[in-house]
Amino acid sequence: MKPRVLLVFPHPDDETFSLGGTIIMHAQAGATITYLCGTLGEMGRQMGSPITANRETLPQIRKRELQEACRHLGITDLRLLGYHDKTVEFEDRQAMADRIFQVVQEIQATVVYTYYPGHSVHPDHEAMAEATIEALQRIPLNERPTLYCVAFSSNHLQVLGEPDVVVDIAHVADGKLNAIKAHYTQSARTLEKYLEDANNPNAELSRFLKTERYYTYRWT
Amino acid sequence: MQPISPEKVQPLLTQFFNRDVYLHLETTNGSYAVLRGEKTISVGSFVRNVVVRFERGMITGNGPYRVGLKMEHGWIYAEGLTDWEPDSSEHCLLLAGHDEEGRLTIAFQLSVTPFGAESGENA
Repeated sequence: MKPRVLLVFPHPDDETFSLGGTIIMHAQAGATITYLCGTLGEMGRQMGSPITANRETLPQIRKRELQEACRHLGITDLRLLGYHDKTVEFEDRQAMADRIFQVVQEIQATVVYTYYPGHSVHPDHEAMAEATIEALQRIPLNERPTLYCVAFSSNHLQVLGEPDVVVDIAHVADGKLNAIKAHYTQSARTLEKYLEDANNPNAELSRFLKTERYYTYRWT
Repeated sequence: MQPISPEKVQPLLTQFFNRDVYLHLETTNGSYAVLRGEKTISVGSFVRNVVVRFERGMITGNGPYRVGLKMEHGWIYAEGLTDWEPDSSEHCLLLAGHDEEGRLTIAFQLSVTPFGAESGENA
């Protein structure tokens, strides 16, 4: 049976930087991929390089960027939850978990990806990760989808140890790079630096194009 | 956006005097500031679509610029403004500050109608 994949992230581009290669590999293997994206990243600080967006035009621009990135990644079912950037943690957590739960049931998800609670830095990340876990906990353990969590807090290795899943994505790096480019306002400056220094294995973007790392969530 | 021309911004600001207008005011150093070092903390605030009324307002400085608006019972203040939206009008004025990397650090906006309640639903 082919996996049915659900992604739960709050900001357009979270999916691409964290998991772009993994998503492409799922799509190539014939999985159906649904993405619940919490906000339009309305409060982003990156405005393009040169600056092409302002606070009021940014949401629509990022929505189009996300739609294009989804085409590169092979995400065919994009659903926007309509929350406002930076405010997700203040919303009704129960209602958010309800919405996630409904989608998990509807698509009969077998694999879910989100951030690792406590290790994802941005309060919106934390809130959506917690809501996702809450939603999945409503499903009996033997029927529950596998949950993978992305961590990047400065102490995540100390606390969680090495990620148990390390995926080599080099063979789909071009596709991931296209998705990164699609998120133009958010990636333009990073891309400039990368292209200036493409042969430097330590360049910021290089590590995003080699491997993706995440943790299988252990239910307690 | 383009570098602020205070001589173009001031007359627009004046158009907003003594009437109820919607304010968006925001400052941020980013939610990822905490990753830059142990001692750095993320600092930011925003208010969006708060109705205000002011009787006096000026843009000052030589760039970056400051704006001060005097209300009946208080003040609205912003500093570090570098850019404006040249499509701004007497209905909607957008000012912002960007750092050396082009990241937004402050937004100061006035409008006679509420700023878009952008909903991402129905992709």
